[in-house]
Amino acid sequence: MRRRIALACALALVPIALLAQGLRTDPRAVPSPLVGAPAPDFALPRFDGGDLRLSNLRGRVLVVNFWASWCGPCREEAAGLEAVWRRYREAGVVLVGVNIQDREAPARAFLGATRPSYPNVVDRNGAASISYGIYGVPETFVIDRDGRIRLRHVGAVGIEALARQIEPLLGERS
Amino acid sequence: MRAWLALLAVLASVAGARAATPTAAEVEAVARQLRCVVCQNLSVADSPSEMARQMRDVVRERLAAGETPEAVKAYFVERYGEWVLLMPPARGFPLLAFVLPLGALVGGLTAALVVLRRWSRRSADPGASAEVDEEDLAAVRDEVRRRGAV
Repeated sequence: MRRRIALACALALVPIALLAQGLRTDPRAVPSPLVGAPAPDFALPRFDGGDLRLSNLRGRVLVVNFWASWCGPCREEAAGLEAVWRRYREAGVVLVGVNIQDREAPARAFLGATRPSYPNVVDRNGAASISYGIYGVPETFVIDRDGRIRLRHVGAVGIEALARQIEPLLGERS
Repeated sequence: MRAWLALLAVLASVAGARAATPTAAEVEAVARQLRCVVCQNLSVADSPSEMARQMRDVVRERLAAGETPEAVKAYFVERYGEWVLLMPPARGFPLLAFVLPLGALVGGLTAALVVLRRWSRRSADPGASAEVDEEDLAAVRDEVRRRGAV
């Protein structure tokens, strides 16, 4: 009898362990298979006219930020992104904002309010954002001089966190 | 000979046209297997969200470019990970999701069989399990003897 109870307990531990594992993993922390992979290229229209092709910026350290006007954290991080751009533009860093899942008028209003001086493009059909495996805004990618994705950050990014990622990449030669 | 060639040419052009414009059903067949990335457990085919619509557009475009449904799924897995597939692949850790229910079914059936056989054996041979106290037995024998005497 005692052996049977022990066996039943041991069997019950299996689903409990699986449940514990499931509860401990954050359902939002989706691993990105893209880190370390070549950054997908895109050619998208800029808000201030003309097209921007990402592969034309090869050799620079790139920060690509996906945003939408309706997204609160995007507004929060905007000033920090501008600060990072101002701090590192002389060192060869290029920031690119990509507006996704949005309408033109509110997107332009957002740019009018946050006034970024780095280029912003619009991904109307979402093809570029899907090629980066985006599932929400904001998401920020740091791409090295060889065109490889080195960091994917989900959610609003801080100045210092971004700077820590950029600094070591500046010393790398492509 | 010439007729055969003409027929082949027609067939080839039909095949080409089919590859160029996937039907709604073909797009849906792929979309149904992909997870809408901004939803909770909804497929790209079922979600009305803009993101899902854009994902359906990507599926349609890639099928139109001549990619196989498997290649289109692989494109999404490359960017979102296997998480984007609603049906997990039957290998590695997700294999448990396929093996555990089957194992539970087999185990449950075996346990039921064992218990049922034990029960049926018990009812067929009542003497085997009837354990009677010697004292009780003696009391019953006494009683029977006394009644018989009356």
